[in-house]
Amino acid sequence: MREFLSGNEATARGAWEAGVEVAAAYPGTPSTEILETLAGLPGVYAEWSTNEKVALEVAFGASLTGRRAITAMKHVGLNVASDSLMTLGLVGAKAGLVIAVSDDIGFSSSQNEQDSRFWGRFVHLPVLEPADAADAYAMARDAFSISERHQVPVLLRLTTRVSHVKRTLSTAEREAPDASRHGYNRDVERWIITPNHVGKRLELRAQRDAALAQESATSRWNILEHGADRKVGFVVSGAAYHVVREAFPQASILKLGFSHPLPLALARELAASVEQVMVVEESEPLVETELSAAGIAVHGRKWLPPHGEITAPALERGVALMLGDQQPAAPKVLPKKVFPRPPTLCAGCPYMGVYFWLGQLKDAVICGDIGCYTLGCGEPWNAMDSIISMGASLGVAHGMAKSFASNGAAKPVLAVIGDSTFLHSGMPALANIAHHGANVTVLLLDNRVAAMTGGQDTPRLDFAQLVTALGVRPERVRTVDPYELPAFSKVLREEIKASEPSVIIAERPCVLSRDFVRRRPLVVIDDKCNGCARCLEVGCPAITVTRREHETRPSGKVVERAWVRIENGLCTGCDVCAKACARGAMVAA
Amino acid sequence: MTFDILVVGIGGQGVLTAADAIARAALEAGYEATKTEVTGMSQRGGVVCSQVRFGERVAASEIRPGAARLVIAFEAAEGLRWSHYLAPEGRVLLDPWRAVPPIVSSGVHEYPVDPATQLRDLNLQVIEIQARGTAERLGDARLANSVMLGAAADRLPFPEKVLRDEVLRRFGGGELAARNAAAFDAGRAAVRDDCLTAQAR
Repeated sequence: MREFLSGNEATARGAWEAGVEVAAAYPGTPSTEILETLAGLPGVYAEWSTNEKVALEVAFGASLTGRRAITAMKHVGLNVASDSLMTLGLVGAKAGLVIAVSDDIGFSSSQNEQDSRFWGRFVHLPVLEPADAADAYAMARDAFSISERHQVPVLLRLTTRVSHVKRTLSTAEREAPDASRHGYNRDVERWIITPNHVGKRLELRAQRDAALAQESATSRWNILEHGADRKVGFVVSGAAYHVVREAFPQASILKLGFSHPLPLALARELAASVEQVMVVEESEPLVETELSAAGIAVHGRKWLPPHGEITAPALERGVALMLGDQQPAAPKVLPKKVFPRPPTLCAGCPYMGVYFWLGQLKDAVICGDIGCYTLGCGEPWNAMDSIISMGASLGVAHGMAKSFASNGAAKPVLAVIGDSTFLHSGMPALANIAHHGANVTVLLLDNRVAAMTGGQDTPRLDFAQLVTALGVRPERVRTVDPYELPAFSKVLREEIKASEPSVIIAERPCVLSRDFVRRRPLVVIDDKCNGCARCLEVGCPAITVTRREHETRPSGKVVERAWVRIENGLCTGCDVCAKACARGAMVAA
Repeated sequence: MTFDILVVGIGGQGVLTAADAIARAALEAGYEATKTEVTGMSQRGGVVCSQVRFGERVAASEIRPGAARLVIAFEAAEGLRWSHYLAPEGRVLLDPWRAVPPIVSSGVHEYPVDPATQLRDLNLQVIEIQARGTAERLGDARLANSVMLGAAADRLPFPEKVLRDEVLRRFGGGELAARNAAAFDAGRAAVRDDCLTAQAR
């Protein structure tokens, strides 16, 4: 059947047709829709695991019992899973095991840009690189048999432009899972990776590397397309294939799909048939380095953008520079300067009640984490000092608190983390804080979902009990409603003052979740508003300014005054702005 | 040769859905098509742009600046932000409705005074369509999507009915489909009138 699918949907579809029976993932842009799609297909056990490492282990466990399994994550998620991944590179897999990882090239929603193909080299795994959704579909189908043939997990490396671009492709029926594969046989020499078993696995891994190189040399995913234009030939991997075709329709191209191990013979064949070779790959010059090391003269990164997606104009410019041609003229129309529009918290977001107060703590250090609450680093709150990686807020805060304590400086240190991120990788750090008695005030923001990635469910548990069990004294565990500004502020001040670890659990469902209850929108009573603009410190997108004035005080100081209105369609009636308003100017309509 | 369209707006407006309807209509009309999506942080009120390309064959999914035939802007400043993607003969279909973000409300940045005039000053052809306003008059701001698509329908190289059917297909039958049909037709009519006015001038 002809379908119009994104690369993520296509990956899920391909895996499903290959008879995948277990899928486990942790959400993260640009990978999230892979599991979302699989969860809607019959015959698959699909789960959101608590983190990527757990997800990989769940998929591996299923593979051990003879069931085809897939795990999916974003590039930084594979860092989390990497400890187990390294071992899987040695012990391998039984039933087909596919690791779909999507790299956020251009870092639209990530803390970095990272090239997951390195893991293929580091862990000795075969790497498949689809150029588009049609490839992703067909490769996902194929990947399970490659995995079984070589008894190894297969890395399916997607990028944003593959994951999130829809193209047409033809789908087929699902292959029934092979029941004869089902079952588990104990094999301690293989699955117990104690030092005495490592040597043998390393030998087998070397044999596997050789077999994979042979398979890649003749794989249908590595295609040498000869063109009429022999001036520059291209070695291309991933979505850049279409960019090269767009810019140089007549060129010869070696399209790498089974990109690790590299099909060196094909690269030599291309090089022999053209005057010069250019490698086009996102994001690290990995293939370029390996081809150079193999003695094949290639051009590459030097002529292309150092990071981000490679576009057709950038490629044309790079090739022209390489050939010493005159540079193509710059585009005639330049972008208009328009204000930046960073992501914002939604109207009614419970985090606004939290950041309203955190933005006013001028003397505190606030260590942030990954989720919607990351947005607290921006306007109007500017309430964050660091954001590093999933779960890092607590560890960083711990280090800072200990260091301040040794200096005798009493700077308050806070850590802000959401429920999903806390369960992902925050818990070990909280046990550490409690055990070592670091004076950190942890704000655990429980909105019951993984909100930034679209509201995936998270384990529902008693966080007060959990953090108590991790060692925080029950007196220092406070549960508050972030909508209740005065009550929240009181608890915040008390816990910052306490000289021991404390946890404030701010509980309110995400406005985009099923549990959220919308109330009557508010309106501004103009006669009561004096333009103090304190409501703007809430940062709600439903509050907009109607008039701004500068007032000169008798002291000569100039203060800005702003009068506001509330956008009826956006307001959820959360009442936070009304509580922030000293004049009582905001009331239910 | 491809027909390139940018659909732009802010997170939560249904930009991706509108672009999807155009791409699927193009497929229905016999073209090959690609459509790009944005997810993650931008969905929280940030800048959203979905690019649709269709033609006999489509290679890269990314539209070159200066190549788009149509920019469909669900928000005034966003129309301006992406205007450099338009080809000289291209058009901006602009809802002058403004979404003013907290970064502007708090006084850190300023909203452009008159995006439509600024666009015209760039010698671009601007068709203003009060999609949000029309939708609110029809009783539901969410209908803005269908109003905009109706306004775009006669600017595409295939019969408007193909897009109309694709939009309505999503709502099944019944009340919701009828409301969206009314919105689509209102958008189409509004632009037709606008063109007549332009000619009269």
